[in-house]
Parts: sequence; C-alpha cells; structure tokens
Amino acid sequence: MTDSLPQRPAKPVLTAGDSSAPLTVEKTRSQWADVWDQFKTHKGAVFGLGFLIFITLFVTVGPMIWGVDPGKLDIRNKDVRPIYIALMDSNAKVSWANPMGTDNLGRDIMANIMQGGRISLAVGWTAMILTLFLGTTIGVLAGYFRRLDGILMRFTDLVLALPLLPLLLVMMLLFRDPLRAAFGPENGIFILIVVGIGITSWMHTARIVRGDVMALKEREFVLAARSIGTPARRMITRHLLPNVLSPIMVSATLGLATAIITESALSFLGLGFPSDFPTWGKILFDSVDRMTSFPERVIWPGLAISLTVLSVNYIGDGLRDALDPRIRGL
Amino acid sequence: MLDARKDDQPLVSVRDLKMHFPIYAGLLRRRVGEVKAVDGVSFDVMEGETLGLVGESGCGKSTCGRAVLRLYDITSGSITIDDREIGTTPQNQLRTMRPTMQMVFQDPQASLNPRMTVEAIIKEPLDEHTSMSDVEKREKVGELMDAVGLNRKFAKRYPHAFSGGQRQRIGIARALALNPKFIVCDEPIAALDVSIQAQVVNLLEDLQEQFGLTYLFISHDLSMVRHIATRVAVMYLGKIVELAPREALYAEPLHPYTQALLSAVPEPDPSLEGKVERIILQGDVPSPSNPPQGCNFCTRCPAVMDICQTDEPAYREVRPGRFTACHLYNDNNNAAG
Repeated sequence: MTDSLPQRPAKPVLTAGDSSAPLTVEKTRSQWADVWDQFKTHKGAVFGLGFLIFITLFVTVGPMIWGVDPGKLDIRNKDVRPIYIALMDSNAKVSWANPMGTDNLGRDIMANIMQGGRISLAVGWTAMILTLFLGTTIGVLAGYFRRLDGILMRFTDLVLALPLLPLLLVMMLLFRDPLRAAFGPENGIFILIVVGIGITSWMHTARIVRGDVMALKEREFVLAARSIGTPARRMITRHLLPNVLSPIMVSATLGLATAIITESALSFLGLGFPSDFPTWGKILFDSVDRMTSFPERVIWPGLAISLTVLSVNYIGDGLRDALDPRIRGL
Repeated sequence: MLDARKDDQPLVSVRDLKMHFPIYAGLLRRRVGEVKAVDGVSFDVMEGETLGLVGESGCGKSTCGRAVLRLYDITSGSITIDDREIGTTPQNQLRTMRPTMQMVFQDPQASLNPRMTVEAIIKEPLDEHTSMSDVEKREKVGELMDAVGLNRKFAKRYPHAFSGGQRQRIGIARALALNPKFIVCDEPIAALDVSIQAQVVNLLEDLQEQFGLTYLFISHDLSMVRHIATRVAVMYLGKIVELAPREALYAEPLHPYTQALLSAVPEPDPSLEGKVERIILQGDVPSPSNPPQGCNFCTRCPAVMDICQTDEPAYREVRPGRFTACHLYNDNNNAAG
C-alpha cells in the first residue's frame, strides 16, 4: 500500500444510519420550540389557550376599560336585564349602561364578573399550585424512599378520611380573625382559602404520583442511573419527575376546577370572602333563588367557571402530549 | 494504581457472594423465608478477559451481575474491584467507584429514559463525574457515538426513534463514557434480532480491544458465549457449578449439569445431528427459596449418588484452571468425566 492512503482505524465499526451524510448535528432547535409545534396540532388545546388568555385579559384589563365600581349600589336601576333580552321582549328593562344587567341591589353584573373572576382565578391557580407542590413532593418522597412510604401514606390516608367541609369550616373559624388582623381582610381570607383548599386536596395527586414513582423506580433506566452513581435528588429531578409529568398534569387541570368550585361552596356557606366581595361562585350562589326570573345571573358566572375549567383541561391535555417525546414524534 | 497491580492478580475478585431476597407473607407481613437468588458464588475476572456467565432462566445470573456492581445491597460476601473492597461499602461512598465499573442492560428499550435525548443519556455519566465544559461534553458524546457506530447527527433524537440494535449501542456508549475498566453485560443481545446480535457482539469485541475492557458477559446463549468468552462459568440455582477456560469447557464438560446444558446446543451440521446425544433432564428447577439438601442439582442429576443428597459438594479446582462443585470428582483430580 502507498503512503498516501489516509489513516483508517484498524476495524471500522458499522455506522448506523447514512454515514455518507454530512456529520452535523441535526437542527439544534430548542426543546420548547418542538413542544410548541406539537401543542399547536392539538386543536382543543389551542382553543383552550385562546379562551384562557381571553378570560385572563377580561378580568385583569377589563375593569380598567369598564370603569364601573362592582360594589356600587344603584337601587333605582336594580334588576336590569341584559341588553340582548330587548331583542325578544321589547318591554324588558334594559340599559346600555349595564349591558349584562344589574342584580337585585343594582350592582353591575359585568363589573362583578370581572372582579369575581380575578378572585376566582387567583384562588384557583394558587390553590392548584399549592396542591400540586404538596401532592408531588409527598408522592415522590413516599414512592422513592421506602422508609418514608409507610408514614407518609398513612398520613395521606388520615387526611383523606377527614371530612373536607367541616375541616374547612373549623379552619375558617379558628384562623380567620388572626389572619385578617395580620394581612388585612381580603388578603387574610385569600390566604386562608388557598391554604385550606391546598392542604385538603393534595392527597389524590400524592397517591397517583407515588404509584407511578414506585413503578418507574423498578425500570431499568433508573437502575442504569444508579449504576452511574446518580444521587437520589438528581434521580428524582432527572428521571422520575419528567416521567410522572402526565398524571401530574391531569391532576393539575382537575385541581384548578376543584379549587374554583370549593371556593364557590365556601362562599355559598358564608365562610369565604366577605359578602360585598364578589367571586364567580358567590355571584352564582347569590342568584340561585331567583334563577327562574333572571337566568342570566346564573348562566354568566356558571359559563365562566365551566369554560375556564374546560379550557384548562384541554390545555393540560395538549401539554401532556406535547411534553411526551414519543407522541411528539422526534 | 493500575500499574501497581501485578499481572496475575484479578481485576475483579468475588468471594462467597450471597444475595438473598426476603419473602414477606401473612397478615403481619412477617419474614417467612428468603429467595436465595445468589448463594455463595466465587470467581475472579482477570484484566482484559471476558468471563461468560451462563445458566438457564432464573438461576441468578442477572442478580449476580447486578450484585457484583453493588446495585443491590448484598447479603454477604466480598467483592474486590480494582483493588478496592466494595462488598460492604455504603451506597453513597460507592459513588466515587462507579466510573470504574459500568453495566450494559438486557432490554435496550427499558434501560433508556424515554424523556431524554440520546445526547443527554450519554452525557449523564459525564455530568455526574466530570467537570468538563458543555462544549467538551458534547465533543465527548460525539466521540462515543462514533466509537459505537452511531451517527452523530442523531444526538438530539429520543430513544424511541431508534431500532433495538441502535438503542443497545446508545446503552453501550453510556457505559463507555467514563472509561470504565470493568463492564457487566447483562444479556446485552437477548432482546435483539439474530442479525443485530452479531453486530453488537462484534462491537463489544472491538471496543474491548480498543479500550482494554474487561467483561462479565451474562447470557443464556451458549454459542454466543463460546464466541466471545475467554472463560465460562455455569450457574445453577444460585451457585456456580463449573468454571473453566472456554475450549476446555466446551470440549469436555465436567459437571453433569454442564454436560446436559451443552448437549442442548443445536448441531448445525445435519449429518452430525443424529449422532448428538441429548441429555434430557427430568423435572423442574427447585425453588430458590427452598433449595434441596446436599447438592442443588441432586434432584435432576443423571449421575446422582447417595452423598449428593446429604453433603453439599465443595467448589474447588479439580484440574488446573478448572473449577467445579461435584462429588464425582471427590477422590482425585483424574476421576473419569
């Protein structure tokens, strides 16, 4: 052989794939761009995201544009029907000043729904994040560390066995006044409700996460990571959490819905926010007595709750698919 | 440290390794017994050699391999790898030892995290044990992918996009990342297509030559072990019944179980096929939670004697380099095989 021959390895190994192609790493797109691409293919999720952005803007930016005070009583203009009723019934009491009507005390319903939405969404999101945090932490710890499993799961069973509403009522009675004194009337109640909902609804997440972690822990890739010497904390963050993302996502979407509804129930029982402080649940329950004469007062807040919950469900569905590389098809 | 060890000293030395898994039963979940998956196994692996570990399903091969790497907390015994005793070291102190010993797993699908890209999977050992910069790590991952014959282009893909053989290559690349000395291959080819098996075995051989690796090659495929192994250990019910250099073992198996096992290898030549004398064992493997008294193999052995039912045969060197645990070789070293 001649010297001009290029040096080659003694035994060339077979290269998988087309070795003649230029050896550049495939498009170095960020992972999130791929996630967004997959998310966009889920129609429901895109609609859900659109609606959630709309409702968020509606309750945050809305009050700045629609500058009506939600608490202002205008007894002369009470029981105004929504503007669209005029199309069906020309004698109805309608007014462009109150396009969604007013309630029995003459408060503007649109302003109330905006203000109520702020509270409901804030309670929903914060309580959901708290629930997820508690549930995931306890579930992962119980599933991964066998020593903690018994005590943490018995504790979970204990909390599950507690009747939810009486517990919340007792909490309200015990802590309402100190918290009000410390953080002001609205913030105090907000903290109380969020914490109350958070610590009474993490159990299902914890049990689901624990079960999944226990199954994952026996998979070979976890054994492989152990043979590399990955310590427990990185084992959890790198191998277990990404793989239990789907059930966490599902409990998140359900958690948001439950939180909004539990807050409504508390308000209905008179133990939530003060009576002049609207939330979606409160508007809904205040209007139930006169539902037959004024169905719109139930329909609007009800629709807001259901559509928000539905859109979050769809977003969760889409995100779960988008975060799974197998479905993403890469 | 490496140079300090003499040539005749083994890289891996396992003495009387026991791995018993407890059985809990009853209302109070009391400990009622134990599965003796590995029950007193001793062997050495010399530097640069491949020790094949064969046996039928459930005989404790995989458990043995995992226990040697201390993926389990072993019941008793001593394991010395690269002059360090790791038999009783707690898991958190084993971390510094991990780069020396790595593992290739049986199921390439299950051994790769589906949520990580190939690059992230191969990079994980580097993240854990080195202080390289991101660019260096990426370069090292590229080199490893070249070494195992994967196209560098695929670094950003996820494991599900690869075929079984390619996934096994990813697993091998991950095991190689830290320049280990000793790799336990836990049936690396069992889940693969026959045509791919040859590729992966050749790859393992090439890598052994290139990086001076030492393998413990666990398999139930006797012909593949004959191809790759330097010495072969045969396991039955948690114990090694015979350990011998490859050619000697295949030419003249000493232990009756090895004889039966080898007679089950199909003869590819049809003209010779009729002459092969199959030894068909009767009965089933006894439960490892309740092994028979005396020799573990006495319930099925075609050459069973009275002593087999009462005394456990010692595992000893009956001929130079050939170890076996059988009463047939009790009197002297030249007893008939």
